[in-house]
Amino acid sequence: MNKNRDKKEYWASFIQRWSGVVLALFLPVHFWVLSLALQGGDVLDGFLHWTDIPIVKFAEAGLVGLLAVHLLGGVRILVIEFFRWAEWQSHLVVVAGGGAFACGLLFLLRAF
Amino acid sequence: MNNRLEIKLWLAHRLTGMALGLFVVIHLITMIIVIQGGLSAAEIMERTSSNILVALFYGLFVVAAAMHGSIGLRTVAQEVLNWKGPSLDLVLFIFFALLCVLGVIAIIGLVL
Repeated sequence: MNKNRDKKEYWASFIQRWSGVVLALFLPVHFWVLSLALQGGDVLDGFLHWTDIPIVKFAEAGLVGLLAVHLLGGVRILVIEFFRWAEWQSHLVVVAGGGAFACGLLFLLRAF
Repeated sequence: MNNRLEIKLWLAHRLTGMALGLFVVIHLITMIIVIQGGLSAAEIMERTSSNILVALFYGLFVVAAAMHGSIGLRTVAQEVLNWKGPSLDLVLFIFFALLCVLGVIAIIGLVL
């Protein structure tokens, strides 16, 4: 087990699983916030105003990063499961990590 | 363990994952574009109000995410918590239904 932890594929699997758990548990909160629109624009604006706080923007960028890493990690899993194995697939872990970091950073830069 | 059910859930997880791949790319690009300058209820409603394509897109997005998230949580609960059987299936079916209801309420609030 400890030997596996030296491999990037172990961490790819770990991040894929736990990013999915966080995103699934975030969904009810996300939908509830959006449903505030039913109570009027003022109510939704009240919440959106709170999201202007810098620490909330960092948290949002983290969620964007988690969504991107789960997406890119998911594509990696589908490629491995549905296509014949090729050496280039071993680099998809780095693509997923780098792509997700770039997405989170881009969101953060535009949010400020 | 019902093998036929497990295979169906595995397939549903992969198929919803493929659909979500497309939905999430569109959602991520939209978020990164619109976050600049902050969000307001009026700005969001201007894009979504009475837009049947938005309702259709997010309707499919909600159902796919609810299904994908619930099946994913079920797998994690089985492997990490060793929780198996009808009680787990019932809890995650309720979670799936809750996500669908909350998601549809959010869409109604934003589109209608």
